[in-house]
Amino acid sequence: MATNEVKVLGSWPSPYAIRPRIALNLKSLTYEYIEEKLWEGKSELLLQSNPVYKKIPVLIHGDNKPICESLIIVQYIDEAWSSGPSILPSDPCERAVARFWAAYLDDKWFPAVKSIGVAKGEEAKKAAIAQVEEGLALMEEAYDKCSKGKGYFGGDEVGYLDIAFGSFLGWLRVTEKFNAMKLLDEGKTPGLVKWADRFCSHAAVKDVMPDTDKLAEFGKFVIAKIRAAGAAAEMH
Amino acid sequence: MAESNVKVLGTWASPFVMRVKIALHLKSVLYEDVEEDLLAPKSELLLKSNPVYKKIPVFFHAHSPICESLIILQYIDEVWTTSASSILPSDPYERSQSRFWAAYVDDKFFPALRRLLIGATEEDKKAALAEVVEGTVVLEGAFGELSKGKAFFGGDNIGFVDIALGSLLGWIEVIGKQCETKLVSEAKTPRLVQWADCFSAHEAVKDVLPDVDKLADFGLKLRAKILKGLAPTN
Repeated sequence: MATNEVKVLGSWPSPYAIRPRIALNLKSLTYEYIEEKLWEGKSELLLQSNPVYKKIPVLIHGDNKPICESLIIVQYIDEAWSSGPSILPSDPCERAVARFWAAYLDDKWFPAVKSIGVAKGEEAKKAAIAQVEEGLALMEEAYDKCSKGKGYFGGDEVGYLDIAFGSFLGWLRVTEKFNAMKLLDEGKTPGLVKWADRFCSHAAVKDVMPDTDKLAEFGKFVIAKIRAAGAAAEMH
Repeated sequence: MAESNVKVLGTWASPFVMRVKIALHLKSVLYEDVEEDLLAPKSELLLKSNPVYKKIPVFFHAHSPICESLIILQYIDEVWTTSASSILPSDPYERSQSRFWAAYVDDKFFPALRRLLIGATEEDKKAALAEVVEGTVVLEGAFGELSKGKAFFGGDNIGFVDIALGSLLGWIEVIGKQCETKLVSEAKTPRLVQWADCFSAHEAVKDVLPDVDKLADFGLKLRAKILKGLAPTN
């Protein structure tokens, strides 16, 4: 039935595109996944359904309801299919905490992770790494408080903050690989180390998490492109 | 309904703080107003209650303090649930659209506005102005979609997007005067002009609207402080 069809426009290396897919899987919903090869140019469907940002992911529900911005999509999935398992906590305070940390990861933490790869010079790189580690310490504390001894930020089941944070694990592992360092560490973030394994092997997650080696190859390609663009800009 | 344990840590000049107050007014919730001086060093209370960002507003109710204005708004909407004063719509798709546009205000529109305020060179200001004006046109379109012919983004009553954008009106006027341009213009955004008047006159809004001259004066001091902070120290 066209009115109930769900399409997700995504791109396999994008952590943001993983999020709606995990949410749909948690709700046992079927959907059509459409891969955008962003490095080859944006499709008509993408430009039409997300004219403001022209970015993936986009969820298209039925004939005419495009929803953009990954965390907004996850909340939409939770609310439109309210009979399935809950993604956001039910308590307003816990919801606020989950939203706060998800926003922190998007606004502060992941940009710091990305900046490690393109940092100019040792000083800048060290500063970026320090920011990432500081964030992980905060998330370890948040995990302790939110999980209340259970396996996930969401408690017994994968929830909003698990999805928000877990979707970054692929790139976090690539960053560890490229810099020969451990960012998630048994000594400093023991809770998160176990949580990460648990999350990645979850039924709703394992088929949408990209393979770390494949992601690393892609990462080299992106970093080279960014560096080339930076060098070109400096030549003017 | 009087709630003795509701506090808002903020400042009269902050649009983000204004959002929280409007929401509380809509829900008829009484609160204690704690003023933070943005031109002075940050208070102990602020540093303790928002260690991650060290920014206002911070909202105190029941358990831990809540930070980030749009998150606070959703919290208020979820705790004080009288349907007469719902901040977010009830339909999931409409909720997603409200969240999208409020996020647009914070992620795209406000940063451009801020760049226009603190722009150090003529070139910076010109670029920022173009972005701000483009933003108003995009928001005019969003208003058409969301309002469905009614007075507000939220329809008959003010909602999430109204509060997100409306809280910036004071600064929009101040910054516009500085640039000698009407940022929300009759020519490009006639519906927003009308909406701005309706919003500013609303019961829940009019008492927290900052005085524009006082805000302009504050803006100059804030701009100086920011530019000083951005100046290279080496």
